[in-house]
Amino acid sequence: MQRNHNHTTIVTIEKVIDETPTVRTLIFSDDRMSNVLPGQFAMVWIPGVNELPMSVMISKEPGKAAFTVRKHGPASTGLFNVKEGQQIGIRGPYGNSFDLKEGKLLLVGGGTGLVPMMRLLSFVKSTDDVTVLIGAKSKDEVFFEDLANNMLKNNPHKVIVSTDDGSYGEKGFVTDLVEKLVNESNFDGVYACGPEIMMYKTVRSAHSRNMFVQASLERMMKCGVGICGSCCVGEDLVCRDGTVFDGDHLSSNKEFGHFYRNKAGILEKY
Amino acid sequence: MNQLLYSKLSSLFKVEPSLATSIGQIQLDRPVMLASGILGISLDVFNRLYRSGAGAVVTKSLSTEPWEGYPNPTIFSVKGGGWINAVGLSNPGAPNFAKMIEPNQEVPIVVSLVGSIPEDFEMMIQQFENCKVIAYELNLSCPHVAKVGLEVGDDPELVRKIVTIAKNTTDIPIIAKVGLGTTHYLNTVNTAIDSGIDAITAINTVRAMAIDVETQRPILSNKFGGLSGTPIKPIALRCVYEISSKHDIPIIGCGGVSTWEDAVEFFLAGASAIQLGSAVGNDWIDVFSEINNGILQYMKRKNYSSIKDMVGLAKKS
Repeated sequence: MQRNHNHTTIVTIEKVIDETPTVRTLIFSDDRMSNVLPGQFAMVWIPGVNELPMSVMISKEPGKAAFTVRKHGPASTGLFNVKEGQQIGIRGPYGNSFDLKEGKLLLVGGGTGLVPMMRLLSFVKSTDDVTVLIGAKSKDEVFFEDLANNMLKNNPHKVIVSTDDGSYGEKGFVTDLVEKLVNESNFDGVYACGPEIMMYKTVRSAHSRNMFVQASLERMMKCGVGICGSCCVGEDLVCRDGTVFDGDHLSSNKEFGHFYRNKAGILEKY
Repeated sequence: MNQLLYSKLSSLFKVEPSLATSIGQIQLDRPVMLASGILGISLDVFNRLYRSGAGAVVTKSLSTEPWEGYPNPTIFSVKGGGWINAVGLSNPGAPNFAKMIEPNQEVPIVVSLVGSIPEDFEMMIQQFENCKVIAYELNLSCPHVAKVGLEVGDDPELVRKIVTIAKNTTDIPIIAKVGLGTTHYLNTVNTAIDSGIDAITAINTVRAMAIDVETQRPILSNKFGGLSGTPIKPIALRCVYEISSKHDIPIIGCGGVSTWEDAVEFFLAGASAIQLGSAVGNDWIDVFSEINNGILQYMKRKNYSSIKDMVGLAKKS
């Protein structure tokens, strides 16, 4: 019988990789999660701790998938602390995915927002000319640079890292690099995932130059299935209408880049 | 036009059925409402739901202060159908929420309220004086938050005081949402009707839980939650039938509606409108227009011109 994506499946963590002092990748076997599209997410249950939405990370081995998590609040720290051999619950995949364009592509990832970008990289064609921008606060927090270069070794490509403090790669915000690059070249597709202000500026830069741009949004999410309403952005629900939205759509959304909702559903300014 | 002429004309020209319905003084263009607790914190989303075919939207249950609700997991999909949720009545609080919906012009909004003492309800209703609201629904039946909901609904004297104070605070219709607690829900219904309630919504979710066999733990962070969706529909239908058999009070059927046939069953049992929520999790917001269309086709086939032609028909058999 085919698995109902809303039912929780228990999987065992087979391997834990330290990416940075605060970021880990947890690898597990699951055919369905190994084949998700870039932008889709799973609801991940850490028994006794919490459940949180996670983008699904790629894994080199067939049938395996992964989550890459940065320890932050109680839920993400709970997932970060899961050891090899421990069990977690997953349901999904949920959400839509990026529309894959061909030609000259720009992928912008901030922090763990790189996860859907890595999955998107696994779909690019060998003829695509791909630029990946990796944004991090400092050298300690840079990860997936080698992975991105490795995945693009047969493509014309650039992987550029920028750190806010200049301790590695280019100095400054990744959005400054985006602005520079979209001024210099016409990209056939621009994709972003990361902190919302980063995505907002990326979408604004690309959209104002009539480039195709999409962003994968993150919001307070409780149910993941369009019932609880916590993840609404204007009239959109990130879990059901997203996570991926077009630049056109986002540019007319009055909350994107300006407001988020707290746990009680009150609109707060960024 | 006299009745004889009307009926002759009706037989010559099929009357186009209307989905409009009334729940006492409450007039709706369409009988399918969004139930409380679902998608209920943004006016933009309310507008979208209304455009999608919802006849009215019921807000999340609002409290006097903002509530964050429970940690995740807050929802569980039951094998065989339905959901168990313990979101924990997260909401922005009545004063914040009233500001959010103040610009509303178009959407028929029912404000759901939850509280512990009569004065909570008085204070909250006063917040909405400047808002376009078609009714208030008193949540006397949430099964998973202490001191409110079912614990209030289970105390008939408290129900009497809450309904009385709500009725004295506003002229807008007041609906009582009842559920299955430790007090027989018909006693709560009796008390609410005696105290002047305008309509009854029946029922709320039913107290339930889920345990994961691999990790051997309750899944919801709150351990217990409320079961909704298709498994509770026969129970809700029975309650609507029972209430309508004993009382002449407008009823809104709620519990497990996911198809037009479910909606019609509730009408036949005595409901003038229905609410749905879980179906949104399965079929997304297209479910409103699908059910509306199904009801219309049924009405054409049976030659009914209005929803009220169907209300309570099953009691005559």
